[in-house]
Amino acid sequence: MLSIKNLTVSIHGKQIIKGLNLEVKEGEVHAIMGPNGSGKSTLASVIAGREMFDVDEGEITYMDQDIFDMAPETRAREGIFLGFQYPVEIPGVSIANFLRTAINEKRKYLGLEPMTGAEFLKLMEEKKKMVEIHSKLTNRSVNEGFSGGEKKKNEIFQMAMLEPRLAILDETDSGLDIDALKVVANGVNKLRRPDNATIVITHYQRLLDYIVPDFVHVLYDGRIIKSGGKELALELENKGYDWVKKETKTDTVS
Amino acid sequence: MNTMHTTLMKDKLLELFETEQQNIRGNATPMVNRIRKHALTRFKTNGFPTTKKESWRFTDLTPLLNTEFAFDFRNQSKSTDIEKIFTCDVYDLDTYSQTLLNGWLIYKHAPLTKLADGTIVGSLAKAMEVYPDLVDNYLGKAAATDQHEMAALNTAFLQDGLFIFVPDNTKVEKPIQLINIVNAEQPVFLQPRHLVIVGKNASITLVHCDHSLTHNISFTNTVLEVFAEEGAKVEHYKMQNKGRNSALVTHSFFHQKQNSRVSSNIITLNGGFTKNIVEATIDGTNCESEHYGLYLVDSNQHVDNQLNIDHRAPGSTSNQLYKGILDDEAKAVFSGKVLVRRHAQQTQAFQNNKNILLTDEAKANTQPHLEIYADDVKCSHGATVGQLDPDAMFYMRSRGLCERTARQMMMIAFAGEVVQKISIDALRARIQNMVEKRLKGELSICEQCVLHCNSKEPTSFNIDLSKL
Repeated sequence: MLSIKNLTVSIHGKQIIKGLNLEVKEGEVHAIMGPNGSGKSTLASVIAGREMFDVDEGEITYMDQDIFDMAPETRAREGIFLGFQYPVEIPGVSIANFLRTAINEKRKYLGLEPMTGAEFLKLMEEKKKMVEIHSKLTNRSVNEGFSGGEKKKNEIFQMAMLEPRLAILDETDSGLDIDALKVVANGVNKLRRPDNATIVITHYQRLLDYIVPDFVHVLYDGRIIKSGGKELALELENKGYDWVKKETKTDTVS
Repeated sequence: MNTMHTTLMKDKLLELFETEQQNIRGNATPMVNRIRKHALTRFKTNGFPTTKKESWRFTDLTPLLNTEFAFDFRNQSKSTDIEKIFTCDVYDLDTYSQTLLNGWLIYKHAPLTKLADGTIVGSLAKAMEVYPDLVDNYLGKAAATDQHEMAALNTAFLQDGLFIFVPDNTKVEKPIQLINIVNAEQPVFLQPRHLVIVGKNASITLVHCDHSLTHNISFTNTVLEVFAEEGAKVEHYKMQNKGRNSALVTHSFFHQKQNSRVSSNIITLNGGFTKNIVEATIDGTNCESEHYGLYLVDSNQHVDNQLNIDHRAPGSTSNQLYKGILDDEAKAVFSGKVLVRRHAQQTQAFQNNKNILLTDEAKANTQPHLEIYADDVKCSHGATVGQLDPDAMFYMRSRGLCERTARQMMMIAFAGEVVQKISIDALRARIQNMVEKRLKGELSICEQCVLHCNSKEPTSFNIDLSKL
């Protein structure tokens, strides 16, 4: 589904991602872990189409299409979803209006009739239940005045509404208490399907107690320096990132 | 060169005043004529405002005065059947409407009407004959002709406009709508004068619309005086959708007694040149004075909003929120002044002006100005000039919205903060709709305008003058 080959990315002349490779197939959940500043969020932004970064080298294909030929909105309509680490506040734009427009622009792109008001409301109620939103969050302006937990819940709710093929969750767990974390993880698990894939970017292992990954990658200084199964996350938790760093250095020497 | 235009225009006006004195004075009361004389002296001394004056620094009138304007000091339109040339197309807006055609109030039955609740509505010229004491008590008391050159000019030449008197304890049920129409074959210079007196604990909603029916050059210099007596409640809405060749200077003077509430809402959707001057004098305790404004301008339009809030008494609140979106080479000026006098303790005064510039050529000048002489007050001001938030733009695009839709949604939301303040449902829905159309580029000029200035074949009008 997603194939990243030798990706090199810089911002203002400073290299952040330095030759990264990653393969994600349908039905898989990948976790990308790593210390602060290793390039995790940059990777997520580049896949989603943020224009502030310069792609110096390498390629990303999504469903066999070159992703760099597609505008961010095209990527979204093709099924890529980015859950933001810091969701943006958009005063005066209600979540309902925002999502209805997003869904209908996607449907138009796919050659489908726009969703009617009634259909949309029904879908919204269904998805609210799924991600355990009971409040009237959807009548409010997008993220405006939301608590940290509400913002993250809202990201998962939007993901549920948009039903992406590839979801990238950028530190969705940061700043969440354990209850909110469970709600977010539950939402992600309920949305898992054999034909979609999820990339979970996280700093801590604890999210992976609830979202069980098929693969864990350690991103350090712009490269994936170690990949493994879900047990790698536990090992990291016990031994810390220094352990991988040392191991990698030894590898390089030998 | 420019000074020449203003001098020529000034001389012409002074000369006109001499030759047309009989007509201009009409049946005005001796008191009104004394006020007129004083104002004329001010105009003689001060002339037109120039960019040397702080409040006109970014707004230059002089190019507009280089036109051969026609003046008409006799009422030629009083019995025009207005429904033949104009009907307001705001659906479900149930108002008691009054129409001004080229500066004169036109009417079907009588120039002044007493509504069932005792409210008097109609022509100011007629009110000066029928209710001279009422007019003399108020007219000119709020419009400061010493400070405002254009208000002095209006006062010197005042003849007609809307007159409203709401007796004490009277709630006027329907909004009163004033439709000010310019429909002339040649460039005209008009100076309507409105006087609104709202008695103790009375309330009124006033909807003031400016329209042009031709795309001829016109210059309208309006003065509105509103007196809110103790406990009175006044809502004032000022809309405009004018042709690109129109210039509009509008003064709104509010005088507030204790416990009164005034809210003004100025929506500028189109117009070549627009200057709004809003002045509120808070002359009593526990008043509220709310002033909202929205301007959506493009091409080379120019809009200037000048607010002066004068807190003369303690314990009152004022609030200013003006927002604008500027496209192409449009220019906007905002100057908001709050004066808190020494005795006006426990004043709360807030001011905010936000601008979005869509191009590098669009320009906004914003000047907040607080002058505070009391020491126990709560005041704040803020001003922003910027582009749409790029982070929000990316966030919206990452959900599948194209750039254009995302931009429109953000702009509509930005304008919405002001539109939401409109308390008349039908009017709010209409303005919301017009704002959306405007921002989607579907409303480039007054929808109502049958001339459809964008089309190649303008329709011509025939006002039936045989009825005069």
